[in-house]
Amino acid sequence: MSTASADRTSWLIRGAEVAGPGSRRVADLLLAGGTITAIDTGLSGAGAHVVDAAGLIALPGLVDLHTHLREPGREDAETVETGTRAAALGGYTAVHAMANTEPVADTAGVVEQVWRLGQAAGYCDVQPVGAVTVGLAGTSLAELGTMADSAARVRVFSDDGRCVADPLLMRRALEYVKAFDGVIAQHAQDPRLTEDAQLNEGEISGRLGLAGWPAVAEEAIIARDCLLAAHVGSTLHVCHVSTAGSVEIIRWAKSKGWPVTAEVTPHHLLLTDELAVGYDPVFKVNPPLRTAADVAELRRALADGTIDCVATDHAPHPVEAKETEWSQAAFGMIGLETALRVVQQAMVDTGLLDWAGVADRMSVRPARIGRLTGHGAPIAVGGPANLTLYDPAAPAETVSQVGASKSRNTPFAGMPMPGRVVATFLRGTPTVLDGKLA
Amino acid sequence: MKRHLISAADLSRGDALLILDTTEELARIADRPIKKLPTLRGRTVVNLFFEDSTRTRISFEAAAKRLSADVINFSAKGSSVAKGESLKDTALTLEAMGADAVVIRHSASGAAHRLSGWVQGSVVNAGDGTHEHPTQALLDAFTIRHRLKGSQGSQGSGLDGLRVTIVGDVLHSRVARSNVLLLSTLGAEVTLTAPPTLLPLAVDTWPCSVSYDLDSELPKSDVVMMLRVQQERMSAAYFPSVREYRRRYGLDATRMARLPDHAIVMHPGPMNRGVEIAAEVADSPRSTIVEQVANGVTTRMAVLYLLLGGTEFPAVTS
Repeated sequence: MSTASADRTSWLIRGAEVAGPGSRRVADLLLAGGTITAIDTGLSGAGAHVVDAAGLIALPGLVDLHTHLREPGREDAETVETGTRAAALGGYTAVHAMANTEPVADTAGVVEQVWRLGQAAGYCDVQPVGAVTVGLAGTSLAELGTMADSAARVRVFSDDGRCVADPLLMRRALEYVKAFDGVIAQHAQDPRLTEDAQLNEGEISGRLGLAGWPAVAEEAIIARDCLLAAHVGSTLHVCHVSTAGSVEIIRWAKSKGWPVTAEVTPHHLLLTDELAVGYDPVFKVNPPLRTAADVAELRRALADGTIDCVATDHAPHPVEAKETEWSQAAFGMIGLETALRVVQQAMVDTGLLDWAGVADRMSVRPARIGRLTGHGAPIAVGGPANLTLYDPAAPAETVSQVGASKSRNTPFAGMPMPGRVVATFLRGTPTVLDGKLA
Repeated sequence: MKRHLISAADLSRGDALLILDTTEELARIADRPIKKLPTLRGRTVVNLFFEDSTRTRISFEAAAKRLSADVINFSAKGSSVAKGESLKDTALTLEAMGADAVVIRHSASGAAHRLSGWVQGSVVNAGDGTHEHPTQALLDAFTIRHRLKGSQGSQGSGLDGLRVTIVGDVLHSRVARSNVLLLSTLGAEVTLTAPPTLLPLAVDTWPCSVSYDLDSELPKSDVVMMLRVQQERMSAAYFPSVREYRRRYGLDATRMARLPDHAIVMHPGPMNRGVEIAAEVADSPRSTIVEQVANGVTTRMAVLYLLLGGTEFPAVTS
């Protein structure tokens, strides 16, 4: 794969299929000094490490808008270091770290700490998300402007894990962040309609005797927030859309030209509430797994662009938080290491999305929504050398429960899944080579 | 039969009939002066109760003791559970002590199912949250068959064609869930009657019909089963007041008079007299409430006997 004397920052990727708009093309890519310096056939790799990428897809480095890295506070579940290792192995070059840490990332001090930890880890860029309200309590605005002005340059604000339920507070937050091109990422969940809720309200929850989580609890907040965003002319991003009804509302809002974007998680593209029949809390997540009809509509919406991007909602939890009764278990699933494979299975192998579409939904658009510079640029000469090399033809292997994440709460463990992330490059330096951390 | 009894859906019609027929046989033994049988001698049954339920616990305890099993009662209060021990660790502790069967009562739906993944012995669900309570459904089915079909000649027969109306808080009722599954397996026609707020959203997928009007159901019912309604449901806006609930869904003497002459009135207990059931109904000859308690012990004997594969009990020649 490489020559001993070659320069660590100079790489020749030979014969990759470059995913991008327009026709498919197979080319060599030369990376030097952190940028892509040439894209052509038959490039000579004098002095560069050579990666044979025949049969591999080259994607712009993936960007996750929704990651829980748990540090500070819950280092037993994940740290910035372990979480970004998992991200790199999943093909990510940038992740947005959610604010529900302990302490909450609601001040410049905490977001700068997370940002610095990301810099130190070096496996991918870590862009902190700031809390909308102090302590995620939903009562008073956090110092959004100070976080925006900090070294962490926060642009995405979210109380994720909790909904900004107060309509007036949501309106003010949307309005306020216009001053610095911010975006409010809403966790859409009406708290009253979901008190003690455990599982999507429907046939399965009724049969299992688990308190129902109605789709309308998500849809009502999304409808309200779309109207608020239009009213104040600010940008709303909807986190982890999980129902067909939510898709319909977002489609309607976009048809009006309103500044609304949305994400879907890999698990909501593949799994349904029927998995809860064994009461294994590894399938307990917020928002809950929904029905097959919802899954089909989410896939269609991601394909037609109504849903802008895939975001993992990677949510690590220690073993004891899941080895328990369903109602006492924590909500959440890890997903950084499996996201691209799930998207291949749910979207590409089903013919709904091509690899250019995957590049758009997993890199270009999430970077744009997150206001990230240096990420999500289509693969082009002069662009940043953030790249993911992916082998879609790798024989389907069952997903392992144990990965680079500190936690093991993957719902995909034991499921056969296609594809393999072969290499990840962050500004021209490999973080992953041959499927292993470089 | 499966190794565990967690849901009434675990039972085929054949399994259910075997349990009812075994119960019938045990009921005859219960009429003898010496009630105790040696069939589970040397076996250990653990009653693992995370929720207070003296009625159900002593019923299982009596059942196991009449089969000569060793009984260990484990109550969560004042135990390591109160100190934060997880269900899994409790399970491993019981496992180390060699429990042949664990009878579990828990406030969380699915707790019995989870437990069955952590222990070797048989798990009997004695009520898990708002999910199921299969032995209650079995004793109810037995009571219905015994009352309406007689003890003689009912061996091997189901509840085919009988109309059972279950009234009340179905949404939160493990008794209702298990009864709908078991009674329909046995051929009964089940109707759920409740205010719409107390029915699950997807109740149309259940093997039963639904009515919001109790008065229209009573004349065609062979069995009316009243469910306990919890006072705290009122504060969560499931219904406006106890008074209105009683007026629309309570069973009083006037309503009872609309039942066919042979019809019976059931209640899994504990009752709220004056709320879902009037005192004169609870104490009437139609009421099977006390019989249900007695049948509970014999039904649970049958379940433990069949799950643990006890030795044959002496033939009854009566």
